[in-house]
Amino acid sequence: MTLLEVKDITHSYGASRSFWRKQDVKPVLSGISLSIEEGTCLGLLGSSGAGKSTLGKVILGLEKPQKGQVIFQGQDVYAMDAKSRQQMRRNLQVVFQDSYSSVNPRLTAEKIIAEPLENYEKLSAGEQNRAIASLLEQVGLSSSDMKKYPREFSGGQLQRINIARALALKPKMIVLDESVSSLDMVTQTTILDLLQDLKKMHGLSYLFITHDIRAAYSISDAMAIMHKGQIAEVFHNKDEVFTSQQPAVKSLVDSMLPEHPRYRNAAAPTEAKKLFSR
Amino acid sequence: MHTQPNVLQVDNLNIAAKSSRGALPLVRNVNLELKPGKVLGLIGESGSGKTVTSMALMQLLSQRSMHVQGSIQLHGQELNGLPAQAMRNIRGKDIGFIMQNPMNAFTPVYTIGNQFVETIRTHTGLGKKQAVELAIASLESMNLEEPAKLMKKYPFQLSGGMLQRVMIAISMSLRPAVVIADEPTTALDVTNQLQVLNELDRLRTECGTAILLISHDLGVISQLADEVAVMRHGEIVEQAEVCELFDRPQHEYTKNLLQARPMLSGNEALNRLVI
Repeated sequence: MTLLEVKDITHSYGASRSFWRKQDVKPVLSGISLSIEEGTCLGLLGSSGAGKSTLGKVILGLEKPQKGQVIFQGQDVYAMDAKSRQQMRRNLQVVFQDSYSSVNPRLTAEKIIAEPLENYEKLSAGEQNRAIASLLEQVGLSSSDMKKYPREFSGGQLQRINIARALALKPKMIVLDESVSSLDMVTQTTILDLLQDLKKMHGLSYLFITHDIRAAYSISDAMAIMHKGQIAEVFHNKDEVFTSQQPAVKSLVDSMLPEHPRYRNAAAPTEAKKLFSR
Repeated sequence: MHTQPNVLQVDNLNIAAKSSRGALPLVRNVNLELKPGKVLGLIGESGSGKTVTSMALMQLLSQRSMHVQGSIQLHGQELNGLPAQAMRNIRGKDIGFIMQNPMNAFTPVYTIGNQFVETIRTHTGLGKKQAVELAIASLESMNLEEPAKLMKKYPFQLSGGMLQRVMIAISMSLRPAVVIADEPTTALDVTNQLQVLNELDRLRTECGTAILLISHDLGVISQLADEVAVMRHGEIVEQAEVCELFDRPQHEYTKNLLQARPMLSGNEALNRLVI
């Protein structure tokens, strides 16, 4: 079943006119259409400035697009009443790249995870406490971490707390916007494994936004490549990414770094340079 | 090869933070050797002491809060304990530094050209005009388009990838003997990443610069490093030639690190295709 459908989204920034001169309008997204099936992960790839994060915000209901529709669970995200919107917010969660700026530094881990629970569920103090402890355990932390403040955690640990918070209301879908990019490789892999387990356990869907093909490949069921505000190509079979002749896709694949020093990437990315020079 | 003298030699480097509970050791018994034109990779997870080591090499740690012991020799000259003024002459000229976040490395209120020329003129006797020429030539060699126009721009007008290449151009313009690159491509996307690594590779072949490449990304290390030192909890646990380390890791930690890479599901056909 289709969980999320994005239809022909067009959006631009800088549309406001200044007194001194007419600002040029720069389209950030043009004619984007995508869909995500229930229980699957779509990897959204692209170089910086391709419009990946803007699309993520549009999907989350944070940035109203100038044209087009976002349909989540059969309802238009930008044309729903307050009650359905509240329900939508519950089912659609997000984890951003910067774990420190996503939490209030003055709240303990317990309070951070409790926030969505307090907003949506009426739990007794004991139930809530147990719920938080089990969430912390699910993401590989222990209930003894409850009273700690954000500054006492490492980036990877704090990202787990962000994931625990996103999971608290048992959502249908999580938007992961470069959620693992700033972590070191060991942490990155453990978080990717964790996400995969959680997906299986709860039947979650992900929109995994990244510029790292390797990470996207390891977690996604399907991949979409963005380039300059448009979808360059969608791959339902992710292996086809590596054989694609689409220039934007090819330049991303060609600039992948080797897994072993024997296979150094000697090719100067001339294609890439042509493609990305302004 | 063996007769080449080391450009930078680090012996028994120990770093400890001064705290109310006494000295807290951060880095213990680190020995490193950098040879001209060679790239030494330094890997390890976050918090293992990679950056603190590089800061010590540059003598950037405050003596009030840190103990730095051991010997750091650049062309035989001892850097540890050198007066601040003498060290300032070395930094930028003999040791270049490329930082992780190009957005924070520049002053936002001066143009690129202004900061570039200032760096050049601080370290050389060049006149303003000559300095501008050298700056433009260095930017050009970094494959940056329209360098003359670029000189008039402010840091926020450039993308992260371009700014990182400007930073490399600045640190390379004075042909330093050593460049310390601390996570030079972590903030960049894949296409820019490869380009920056290729530029570093070109510079070390052309200018014979020794590079200390600090990264947690094994892809970056496999692309550029000749030799790799693995750091953990402030100690170097293993050091070997790059292929040797990837093929036959000795230390348990290195094995784990190598296994932690997100692989393309071990699909050999795909791997070859990508390569």
